[in-house]
Amino acid sequence: MKEVVTGNHVVSHAARVGRAQVVSAYPITPQTQVVEKISEFVADGVMDAKFIKVESEHSAMVACIGASAAGVRAFTATSAQGLALMHEVLHWAANARLPVVLANINRAMGPPWTIWTDQIDSLSQRDTGWIQFYAESNQDIFDSILIAFKVAEQVDLPAMVVLEAFFLSHTAEPVDFPDQEDIDRFLPPRPARNTVDPENPAAFGGLTGPDHYYELKYMEHNAMLEAKETIAAATQEYGDMTGRYYKMADPYRCDDAETVLVVSGGVASTAKDAVDEAREAGWKLGSLKIWAFRPFPREEVRALLLGRKRVVVVDRNISFGQEGIFCSELKASLYSQPEAPPVLGFIAGLGGRDIKGRDLLAMAKAGEDPDCPEFNWYGVKP
Amino acid sequence: MAEVPKKLTIPAEEHICSGHLACQGCGAVLAMRYALKALGPNTVYTVPACCWSVIDGPFPYTTLGVPLFHIAFEAAAASAAGLAAGLEMVGKEDVNVVAWAGDGGTADIGIQALSGAAERNDNIMYICYDNEAYMNTGVQRSSSTPWGAWTTTTPARHFKKRPKKNLVDIMVAHQIPYVATAAIAFPEDVLKKVNKAKQIKGTKYLQIFASCPPGWRMAPEYAVKSVRMAVNARVWPLLEVDNGVYTITRKPRKPLPVADYLRLQGRFSHLTEEQVEEIQQMVDHNWERLLFLEKSTHEMAGIPLEEKKKTKEPDK
Repeated sequence: MKEVVTGNHVVSHAARVGRAQVVSAYPITPQTQVVEKISEFVADGVMDAKFIKVESEHSAMVACIGASAAGVRAFTATSAQGLALMHEVLHWAANARLPVVLANINRAMGPPWTIWTDQIDSLSQRDTGWIQFYAESNQDIFDSILIAFKVAEQVDLPAMVVLEAFFLSHTAEPVDFPDQEDIDRFLPPRPARNTVDPENPAAFGGLTGPDHYYELKYMEHNAMLEAKETIAAATQEYGDMTGRYYKMADPYRCDDAETVLVVSGGVASTAKDAVDEAREAGWKLGSLKIWAFRPFPREEVRALLLGRKRVVVVDRNISFGQEGIFCSELKASLYSQPEAPPVLGFIAGLGGRDIKGRDLLAMAKAGEDPDCPEFNWYGVKP
Repeated sequence: MAEVPKKLTIPAEEHICSGHLACQGCGAVLAMRYALKALGPNTVYTVPACCWSVIDGPFPYTTLGVPLFHIAFEAAAASAAGLAAGLEMVGKEDVNVVAWAGDGGTADIGIQALSGAAERNDNIMYICYDNEAYMNTGVQRSSSTPWGAWTTTTPARHFKKRPKKNLVDIMVAHQIPYVATAAIAFPEDVLKKVNKAKQIKGTKYLQIFASCPPGWRMAPEYAVKSVRMAVNARVWPLLEVDNGVYTITRKPRKPLPVADYLRLQGRFSHLTEEQVEEIQQMVDHNWERLLFLEKSTHEMAGIPLEEKKKTKEPDK
């Protein structure tokens, strides 16, 4: 069934049909509609869940951690400062191996106060041990959240679905909702293990010395790598159910492309239009959407990008003093590989400045200049 | 083996075993032991950073007979709220969910989450074992450290000049159903209050006064004695607040001089006679205040104030 729904309400619907049992959240622009809608669902009895209306994002994540430790499916949503406030306990959720799912509405970090999108909030959480998916459309948001629940619960790691402030959160698009029966088949009740229960009188997360801690991290990393196979299986199953097959790294018209634009989030949608326009003019341009940022699709980007003439990465984020974060990740994946293409990084769209198709084409064109620096700020006002 | 007396005032069953990592004379262990006797096995604990994060033992050991979930410092109450919601969703809402935190994790870094849970009246029991400083990190002052005390961050020549934060009244202000104080020198009272709290739905807050011999700079054998003296000197009044109605549960007829309580502990040894007298006045003032609260809240609720049998002699 198709409905026209805003990105934020899609998040709420995904939590409902994904049968989250405990939701704990704190309001922050631009996420508020997510929690408003979930409040209605729970109050109206159409969602069988407990909604803990906490006093901060830190407590929101902690309550999700507690609920998840008790064995249920826990969900929250936040943005920017809220995600940053959660930072400490994002580590806790991952290190406790709890499959909490979180929707983060990308919003730039203050100061100065801003409510518009960029990716620094979520990318700053790169090393917390969370699986991360970047949604391109409202349909993507819905599908990614269901896939996130499934993958997270299979590998015992938390997962974050990321969408852009306003461009997705407040924009209504047609979204296909699968039948609840099909969703329940795809996403059965959480197979919880080793829960906090009086019948299981263990200590969880107690003091651990150098003799054991190291191996726990090794296992956590392996779980993240295992998530690649789990994602592959889950997206296959989901595709068979809906006709929508997701890929960790998703190419568009790349087959004979000499230049590949690497993008993420809603910009990937704009990039498809830009590529179409370029193709009409005979320009061998393709685009590659990074849907899964963690685990990073290292093998996939190698398969797609080695041998190209060049790769132009558009980052709506920056690691100050280095470069765009997707750019660094790509370089790390391609380094020392045979036929590794030059990687040219462009920063664009921070703080919600629009990235239009013509901007993407301008960056791709600049990247084709043999004298193009490897790091560039696009469109800085004089 | 000594014969077990027929009539026990507290249950013999233990839910904590030996081999824990507490210091000698640790009051926090006694607090846990007594609380668990009342709570029983259908209980889960969530414990933020505090002495008990260490006392329970390193991975893969635990000293408790019930689950202990470790959580970040400021997060005890929120994690309890999450556990309670999760357990309810799996049909186990009869489990006692207990947040167990030290005074720093309660009165300082954890007060926001605690206030949130209390305002929502989440169905959790929050027990603060109060040893009046950050003992686990090596005796730094907390907001629960009393006026006059030495700690490593309030050196004797610059001792703490602010009074102990009154968490009891802060929790009463949240209008939760039950708030109580207890002390490890009065195990029956601890059990009675925990037993009462576990029958109540909503947020229950208990603050158990628990000595820390290394942090209080005294010999371990004074662990219980010092706490008994704190109660009998009215430094740590035993009380409970049922739906806003204050009741002092122990009224020493002839209170000990505060000086006797202070003298036992090295953390007060720098104080002059005048400063000790100043503390005595604070203690007296607080006691008068509590008597007033007890009387006025009983009157307002229309509940007659029972005259408790007063203890005869100061119990040293």
